Amino acid sequence: MAKDSGRYKSFTRRALLISGIQAALLASLAGRLYYLQVVRSDQYRMLADENRISLRLLSPPRGEILDRDGLVLATNQKNYRVLIVPEQTKLGDEDIDAAVARTLDALEPFVPISDRERDRIVSEVSRKRNFVPVTVVENLTWEEFSRVNVRSPDLPGVIPDVGETRYYPQGESLAHLVGYVALVSVNDDSNDPLLTLPGFRIGRTGVERMRDLSLRGKAGASHVEVNAHGRVIRELERREGQSGSDVVLTLDSKLQQIATQRLGKESAAAVVMDVWSGDILAMASTPGFDPNAFSNGLSQDEWDRLVTDTRKPLTNKALSGQYPPGSAFKMIVSFAALEARIVNPAHRVFCTGEVELGNQTFHCWKSGGHGDMTMTSATEQSCDVYFYDIAQRTGIDKISEMAKRFGLGTSVDFGLGVERSGLMPSREWKLARTGERWQIGETLITGIGQGFVLTTPVQLALMTAQIANGGLRVTPRLIKSADPVEVARVDGGLEVESGQDSRSLGISASAMAVIQGGMEAVMNKPRGTAYSSRITQAGFKMAGKTGTSQVLRITEADREADRDIAETPWAERDHAIFVGYAPVSAPRYAISVVVEHGGSGASMAAPIAHDIILEAQRLGVSRDVRQAAAEVETLPERED
Amino acid sequence: MAETRLRLAKPELTFGKKVIRINWALVLLIVLTSGIGLAVLYSVSDGVMDVWVWDQGIRISIGFVLMFAIALLDIRLFLRLAYLGYFAALALLIAVDLVGSVGMGAQRWLELGNFRIQPSELMKVALVLALARYFHERSMEEVHKLRWLLIPVAMIAAPALLVIRQPDLGTALLLLFGGGVMFVMAGVRLRVFAVVAVVIVGAIPFLWRSLHGYQRERILTFLDPERDPLGAGYHIIQSKIALGAGGVFGRGFREGTQSQLSFLPESQTDFIFTTLSEEFGLVGGLGLLALYTLMLALSVIIALRSRNHFGRLLALGVGTTFFFYVFINIGMVTGLLPVVGVPLPLVSFGGTAMITLLVGFGLILSVDIHREVQIPRGSGSRFI
Repeated sequence: MAKDSGRYKSFTRRALLISGIQAALLASLAGRLYYLQVVRSDQYRMLADENRISLRLLSPPRGEILDRDGLVLATNQKNYRVLIVPEQTKLGDEDIDAAVARTLDALEPFVPISDRERDRIVSEVSRKRNFVPVTVVENLTWEEFSRVNVRSPDLPGVIPDVGETRYYPQGESLAHLVGYVALVSVNDDSNDPLLTLPGFRIGRTGVERMRDLSLRGKAGASHVEVNAHGRVIRELERREGQSGSDVVLTLDSKLQQIATQRLGKESAAAVVMDVWSGDILAMASTPGFDPNAFSNGLSQDEWDRLVTDTRKPLTNKALSGQYPPGSAFKMIVSFAALEARIVNPAHRVFCTGEVELGNQTFHCWKSGGHGDMTMTSATEQSCDVYFYDIAQRTGIDKISEMAKRFGLGTSVDFGLGVERSGLMPSREWKLARTGERWQIGETLITGIGQGFVLTTPVQLALMTAQIANGGLRVTPRLIKSADPVEVARVDGGLEVESGQDSRSLGISASAMAVIQGGMEAVMNKPRGTAYSSRITQAGFKMAGKTGTSQVLRITEADREADRDIAETPWAERDHAIFVGYAPVSAPRYAISVVVEHGGSGASMAAPIAHDIILEAQRLGVSRDVRQAAAEVETLPERED
Repeated sequence: MAETRLRLAKPELTFGKKVIRINWALVLLIVLTSGIGLAVLYSVSDGVMDVWVWDQGIRISIGFVLMFAIALLDIRLFLRLAYLGYFAALALLIAVDLVGSVGMGAQRWLELGNFRIQPSELMKVALVLALARYFHERSMEEVHKLRWLLIPVAMIAAPALLVIRQPDLGTALLLLFGGGVMFVMAGVRLRVFAVVAVVIVGAIPFLWRSLHGYQRERILTFLDPERDPLGAGYHIIQSKIALGAGGVFGRGFREGTQSQLSFLPESQTDFIFTTLSEEFGLVGGLGLLALYTLMLALSVIIALRSRNHFGRLLALGVGTTFFFYVFINIGMVTGLLPVVGVPLPLVSFGGTAMITLLVGFGLILSVDIHREVQIPRGSGSRFI
């Protein structure tokens, strides 16, 4: 205990020493507070009160979004607006609400203020503190704006102001992909001081959101000296911000417009992809919405209408829509069967119009049957019985593996945040998901792209591109890289980006030739399901495959009645699907078209794909000519 | 020896007696301070309850339950668990290093289901506990010998290095200072500190010369943020304007233009003292400072009247850690100290720091309740 008391004494001394130091340091904090809040208070209060801040942030112009040819997809426009600062509108002892009302009355003759707008202003004034500027009207014409501007000295508290709004010249056709900007909300957690600027907008969806940080740029600042009335005496220092960087997309906006127009009023999606580079040339989704309405502020009614529309205008169906591929899946089944050497291309099946399995009957779409079918003719005429047969022989796991090799079942991820992965079922998947074993009948319906299998339009385009280019893996791109693309010439005068041609999917050339031949036959043989949508112009010919995927199971009663499509309610009609590529002699463009509840692939989707891919080829030719001309001009003079 | 074991098994204080002996003055101060914190949070969240106030209220409630639970537990239990707690906190820190999530440019958090915890905060209390036990078990003679100091130095260095890697300089400094003060309290000869200080000061010119230009620039900006008014300095300049504009009586509740117009960054976390002082002026700022001073004074009194060395070291160690929070945070927002991310204790929005502090106060309360318990020097060694 004696030792412990020594320890205690030492501790007491030390504790008092430490406490003394702490007390001294706390006193220094109190002193610092006194210095800032009493001694220098006037100076700081001037900075805060009259000017609110001596360092003013300058908002940098937001970067533009351009298409592959440099056409503007998103840009900035001047926004002439009028703001009021409620506390400055007061004359004498006037009540603030009365002062605001009087000021609005005074503004009325120069700029239209509807009753609804007036309600909004009054409620905003009461909600916010009195020194916070409130927007009265936005997007004025120059005439309206200058009328207010001239009179503003007589209207205390009224501030004419020039802001910026985002403008999307292409409107609806690119609304999903380019996205839109919106005001900063409480949830946007960021250290960027720019976000604190009144009226600052950030990317909310699409490329605007994905590339928001680089589009936004860096804030500039101006250091100003102010007098007691808040007037700027001089600018001491100005540091310009850094404008946002532009983003160049792989899209061809002309093709995009055409694709959107061609889809028209349908609830549909179409994707056009360069089969060598993976560049997305067009990605349309209809119906769309006007992104400009979002930058100008959307009314609650307009918003409600967009959200509740059964055709989902806010969804990018090319990336988020998941559909059973129907017969467009049959190429995958053929590849799986051929590569596993389960059948050879000469394998024959006799189609009677149906096939029995256990106590179930599986029907071909053609009720009388196709008769004797080979792989090529079965593809050409989309004979279901043939694919029931080879799917059963091949088995679901091999089909599933092949589909995954072509990119089905995994999301084509651009970073937009809306890409869905679709679904490629397998034995293992079903057991894990439902706890039930895989049924052989399910393999049969997977063989015609029905059942569990789901794909997105962009996945279908990717699959088709990889068939068109002879089995090379491509990575779809949406953003054009800034580096000059190295190009290598391959046969047919086509350009392949280096580094991608070595990545073979491992499909044999013979299997590839059979499937490509089948797809050519679909469009160019009189019995092909899409013969009526063929391209006859030399050098532009296309290959493809139709698909019609059931939304509801067809009952025996329906089959008997042979119901007409026009009599079926819209939401119960089949999805119309088409995938294809062109030109067949030297493939360059792959396309996928999905029309929700559009009826049959041959009658609805194929004609649309025909029009879009023909236009893609025409635009491509004119671009090649332009580029060749530009190259000739920039050729260096030969010295020898 | 047998007697000690017996005493541990049968506490001499009944539950009722313990409740009566809770230091209610300290509890009142804690309640007042957290209440002020909620009011300021209400102000910066634009008068909306569910942005921050509600969350913080829930955390405070959980913290209070923990605090009382800890206060009523036997102090010898903490002696017994001190090393275990330290190694658990160290393991969590290593886990952050390996799998932690990155937020705002630093890797500090560990995701546990729905919870995000910041192990560096837990370490502050765990380190004080472990050092208190270590020095409790050493005699004065041992403390005076340098070789007995190697283990506690390692106990501080290991977490400090892990925290610097995150990188979180503020917390690393808190651990170093907090640990260093434990050495002072334990009775390590003052000349040892003098030698260490001389070595550090002497090494600075050599270290400085070995740095790259841009590294020197970064350190200079860290020490003097106003060199870079748009970057690191932006926050400090805005904070000083807000404080100065507050004046003696402040601009009134929810009337601070700097805070309300978002010129002030992080007004709900690290810079919350600025908001308080802008809206309630020097009176408000000094008032809060007075509350903190009273809490510190109480913790010193509690340390001095404890009859066991472990309790004395623990109470003063936790109190000192609390002091560093206060001093570094207020020093930072008033431009006296460089900007390092340290929250204002009991007031700033943030979960782990709030819980850590209330656990710390729970320990101080426990020391006070069990101040008459005798703990012989050797008794810790049997516990693990």
